[in-house]
Amino acid sequence: MPRPNFLFTCVAYFCMALLYVPSLAVVVFSFNNSRYGLSWRGFTFSWYEKLFSNELILEATRNSLIVACISTVVATVLGTMLALGLHRVTFPKSLNWLFKLFINLPIVVPDIIMAVALTMAFGFFRTFSSVFDMGFFTLILSHVTFQISFVTLVVRSRLATMDDDIELAASDLNATAYYRFRHLTLPLLAPSIIAGAMLAFTLSLDDFIISFFTHGPDSVTLPIFIYASLKRGITPEIHALSTMMLTVTVLLVILAERLSRLVTKKSEAKVEKEREKLGLPPKAKEGRGAGDAGPGGVITG
Amino acid sequence: MKFPSFLKAPRGDLKKQLVGFSIAFPALVCLTAFLAIPCLGLVLISFAQRGEFGEIQWVLSFENYKRLIGFSLYGWSPDFLLIMLRSLREAFFTTLACILLSYPLAFFIAGRKTAFGRLVWLILLNVPFCTNIVIRTYAWQLILSPNTPLALLCSFLGITSPGSALYPGTAAVYLGMITTFLPFTALPLYAAVERMNWHLVLAAKDLYASRFKIFFEAIFPQTVHGLFAGIIITFVPAMAMYVVTDILGGAKYMLIGNLIQLQFSQSRDWPFGATLSLALMVLTLLSFALFRTTRLTKDSSLY
Repeated sequence: MPRPNFLFTCVAYFCMALLYVPSLAVVVFSFNNSRYGLSWRGFTFSWYEKLFSNELILEATRNSLIVACISTVVATVLGTMLALGLHRVTFPKSLNWLFKLFINLPIVVPDIIMAVALTMAFGFFRTFSSVFDMGFFTLILSHVTFQISFVTLVVRSRLATMDDDIELAASDLNATAYYRFRHLTLPLLAPSIIAGAMLAFTLSLDDFIISFFTHGPDSVTLPIFIYASLKRGITPEIHALSTMMLTVTVLLVILAERLSRLVTKKSEAKVEKEREKLGLPPKAKEGRGAGDAGPGGVITG
Repeated sequence: MKFPSFLKAPRGDLKKQLVGFSIAFPALVCLTAFLAIPCLGLVLISFAQRGEFGEIQWVLSFENYKRLIGFSLYGWSPDFLLIMLRSLREAFFTTLACILLSYPLAFFIAGRKTAFGRLVWLILLNVPFCTNIVIRTYAWQLILSPNTPLALLCSFLGITSPGSALYPGTAAVYLGMITTFLPFTALPLYAAVERMNWHLVLAAKDLYASRFKIFFEAIFPQTVHGLFAGIIITFVPAMAMYVVTDILGGAKYMLIGNLIQLQFSQSRDWPFGATLSLALMVLTLLSFALFRTTRLTKDSSLY
């Protein structure tokens, strides 16, 4: 890879400026000691103190976390099951694309159409049961519906690259289906399941459009709260709240990165042990090494 | 080590299929009941009418479709068609700008010397990708309000009158859109650039190809997959965008997303909302189809 020239470097830093300057401004003004206007009036933590005594914000935070946690757990289980199930099913070629479209519908379809579809579905089911009145239940259900596809996508991409020989060897040695699942499939899939869960969690915390359509008065989440505050007029409290959310996002991204590496290493070690037990040769790793070396390796080599 | 194929269980094994389906069943039910059927239901509802109190009246009519193409009680007006056209234009220019920024960015990141450097830049791209869109958009509102350094610069240059804000307006919407979707385009493109075979570029250079030729003959074909993936995940949501236009565009700035949202909030006109959603769906599927065919033809001409 040739060294990037001056122009490319400029564009890269310009992009970062576009992406980060507005958010940094929010962070700066969350410490500004003035309720109105944008002039700097000295440093203060008072907006953060107010934040923690604001009942509405605390409730929205709680709602966001409850929805994200429950929906992530449900969607991860269902999504993994879907991926495992689909691994066993073969479709006639002519129907395959339709089924693929169906599974990936939440990824393919724009958010707002999904929101509309969910609103209509809940509207229809409401005629049978009041459980479907807009509220926590509908909100969680709608999050689960779009998270499933993302979890399945991540897990399936791992399943596709997994080879069956270790499973076959185990079943030849009369390992039970449970043993194979617990000691072979699950450790192998663990990194992708965790990656899928992290993705689902972030998507749920982040989601605005679908939540906006399917939430009820008792289940206002943070993005909806901020959006509603924008219509009433921004206060520095909102800056403080946004700063906290930005911080959480940064931490989540870094955590996801670290975690995925750690779990990948662990699961590889575990599977290597099982292979040894089964008398299979250790798995060659040439496929990964080339990718990790990056484009620089090709040129210098 | 691979087992010979006759040792493997036959794939079409009926029991295996059944087990597979039963494992997948709960998720399939969820996707069917809340998504697939309602999406098809959009078609049904689009033929219904809005009742007096915003309820759905099940009378078969083409009224909504007539309205979509501009016929109303007061004669023909192209308003809705213009809004759709504007959504397409908006999405097109956003995608174009994102591509123009993403190529240098992707090459810059791939050109970092250490793996750690690349990782840091990737995380820098990933953070906005995961940041809430409402926060990112209102952050622009803050930057573009009156008397910020940027607003002062603009009034100094004579672009705006002193003391006025830079939003709502078209420029503000584009800024919001581009920053929202830049990571969407840049991340898949980077994945392609990282896997590029640089020998081709070097060979082209050795043979004194022009910069233009190097890009279109050696770089573009190798990155076209990532590029099209990026274009799809940028163009489709950009077309359906309503948060950015709502916050930065002001009340009169309508895209099809805003129009749909309006039907489900103030207007309470679900049937027309369903018709608009269908129109958006058609546009989405068309863009998918377009990029699919282009990709295939490009591939076959490559090798």
